[in-house]
Amino acid sequence: MAVAIRKPLRGGIHPSEQKHLTADKPIVKPPPPTTVTIPLWQHTGACCKPLVSKGDAVRLGQKIGEAPAFVSAPVHSSVSGTVVAVEPRLDPVGRMVTAVVIEADAQDALADGISPRGTLDSLSPPDIREIIHEAGIVGLGGASFPTRVKLSPPADKPIDSYILNGCECEPYLTGDHRLMLERAADAVLGLCLLMKAAGVEKGYVAVEANKPDAVETLLPLARETGITVVVLPTRYPQGSEKHLIKAVLGREVPSGGLPMDVGTLVSNVGTAVAVADAVYRGMPLVERVVTVTGRPVREPSNLLLRLGTSFATALELAGGLTEPAGRVVMGGPMTGVAQFSLEVPVVKGTSGILVLGEDESPPLASTPCIRCGRCVESCPMRLVPLYYDACARVGNWTRARELGVIDCIECGSCAWGCPARRPLVHSIRVAKSEIRNLAARS
Amino acid sequence: MAANENTAERQGLLVVAAPPHLFRRELTPRIMLDVLLALAPACLAGLYFFGPRAMAVVATGVASAMIAEAAVQKLMGRPVQVLDFSAAVTGLLLALNLPPTAPLWLAAVGAFFAVVIVKQLFGGLGGNFLNPALAARAFLMAAWPTQMTTWSAAGDWGLNALTGATPLAYLKRGMLHRVPHYMDLLLGWIPGTIGETCALALLVGAAYLLWRRVIDWRIPATFIGTVALLTWALGPQGPFTGDPLAHVLAGGLILGAFFMATDYVTSPVTPRGRVIFGAGCGLLTVLIRLYGGFPEGVSYSILIMNIAAPLIERYTMPRKFGEVKRAR
Repeated sequence: MAVAIRKPLRGGIHPSEQKHLTADKPIVKPPPPTTVTIPLWQHTGACCKPLVSKGDAVRLGQKIGEAPAFVSAPVHSSVSGTVVAVEPRLDPVGRMVTAVVIEADAQDALADGISPRGTLDSLSPPDIREIIHEAGIVGLGGASFPTRVKLSPPADKPIDSYILNGCECEPYLTGDHRLMLERAADAVLGLCLLMKAAGVEKGYVAVEANKPDAVETLLPLARETGITVVVLPTRYPQGSEKHLIKAVLGREVPSGGLPMDVGTLVSNVGTAVAVADAVYRGMPLVERVVTVTGRPVREPSNLLLRLGTSFATALELAGGLTEPAGRVVMGGPMTGVAQFSLEVPVVKGTSGILVLGEDESPPLASTPCIRCGRCVESCPMRLVPLYYDACARVGNWTRARELGVIDCIECGSCAWGCPARRPLVHSIRVAKSEIRNLAARS
Repeated sequence: MAANENTAERQGLLVVAAPPHLFRRELTPRIMLDVLLALAPACLAGLYFFGPRAMAVVATGVASAMIAEAAVQKLMGRPVQVLDFSAAVTGLLLALNLPPTAPLWLAAVGAFFAVVIVKQLFGGLGGNFLNPALAARAFLMAAWPTQMTTWSAAGDWGLNALTGATPLAYLKRGMLHRVPHYMDLLLGWIPGTIGETCALALLVGAAYLLWRRVIDWRIPATFIGTVALLTWALGPQGPFTGDPLAHVLAGGLILGAFFMATDYVTSPVTPRGRVIFGAGCGLLTVLIRLYGGFPEGVSYSILIMNIAAPLIERYTMPRKFGEVKRAR
């Protein structure tokens, strides 16, 4: 089927997109960095066990971390070279995680057994799931949930629809946009592989209306494969999983539930391309598209970076900075993680490196809540952020839980528009963690 | 790059905070300035109809409120935030609710009461449970009823005390032949408080606030709608013989519905709550106007609904996304 256009989500915001900085910059693959620092915990689930030790020679695509549990994903070397350390290093989420540090030899010598695994027709669903797992593929939209786990729902959760998320609703980020333009065929192929792996008949690609060229590129491919391209109104956070499903299929994921509870699976465009690479080239997940952008960046670009490349190197590859950085963020400005060191590595969940000038993002100076209700109006989950902030200030976690704080998806719409600049997302996170602590204790 | 990066690290310039990392640059002072701006036409109308003496009342109200706010914040050891202009809005709204003949000290005392007693003693901005300007007005009405109800004719810059009554008083007594024409009600050729008489000026300001999305349509629409419907339905000559247009345009309904019932702090934040709040204001206004002891009831109805606002909010929490509809 061709194009279907849907209604805008309720709530949400219209932040300045700033995608023009990189939207027409083709993905560039720079030469491998001299050193990579590859954390063994880049996903939701259990941290990997190292398979190499200091002094070992490793090759590109070689597995260096083994997944010790079902909810986990193996980690591979993104270069060929020598392991110089296996030790805890700072990751971009702020954790100290065991990492394999490799000095690259610039040869990019491939590991054994990296070759095409088969085709969409030749492989069985369990084969595809295994290849996806062995390739270390996780959701590349940012959540980094192991894809194989998603593809193995319990028998009592029949799945009928698979949505490929090409919304990219975060301002500044353009990596998915570029992938849909440059690797549309692989994205659709990846979706077909994912659909087959999950035993799903109906496939959708959802794109925001601000990317008409991507829609144009996807349409002929969609016609060939029977996939529906859905154009969604541009509004943040349209790409949030729950709101995407609501917009595309009209289904509302129940509170506390998962997409599979409404018979749906969602994957990011980048994930689908990685799946196609894993099957048709045999290449595990060792690199990803990272939008390096922001006003201070000299040459904002979409870079295909090896996992483990330091943020400092990534910024150098984008021409360096023209003014001092105020904040350096992994991801987009709405949900990204602020960094205090540029030595952290690019990981599977690094969709972008955003640099904001000092005046663009000064530290928060909060004034009293005037109860204007903008946070309530803009909340796409229809929650009451001002209450969670008030609860957090006095430590009333029970009340915060009663008022549904757990349902918050932390999209940041409330805090973005708050005229008092209340630290709403921060308060919500504190409340959630306190509620989890309370639950764990009782 | 290396130089820049070193600079950032040496000076420790990277800011680390929870997301989002970008904000809409529309903060509290801007909202308050928008309200002041939206009240500018009403001030000009006050000047036109009641002359410079009335403007002295307005200036006294605004200045007293701001001075009182700064002084009490200083005294209580709180950060002095008078430049968020919330006190200016309170002072202006209070002054616009005073008769043009009001002595200047009345405006000063009222502004002091609004800012110090109603607002700051209850926690300052965001902490008060009553609309400060309206609570102060109620206080002045109780303390100095004569000064608060001495009107003068529109266009009389000399502010001679009027022997006649306001249009609402005529409406209440059923002296319909004394109620001015609709056009006079709209333009403001009627006696009343400094800011309430010219409905047109107020509507211009209200349109600005709606366009700027400073206020939500729900409270004013349901407030005015309820007043119109009920005054029409409960007419003096039997059902549906009332004069809804006169009831909407005369008195303080437009000023109250758009500028005071919409006060963020003292009205519900929930969409359904705002509908109930507005309808409640309308119902109480009509009850007071038609059956109560006073000709006008906008102020008291808003104050009563202010008290009910937290309760309304509690029972009108929105249905969360993904929440299963409650079984009854």
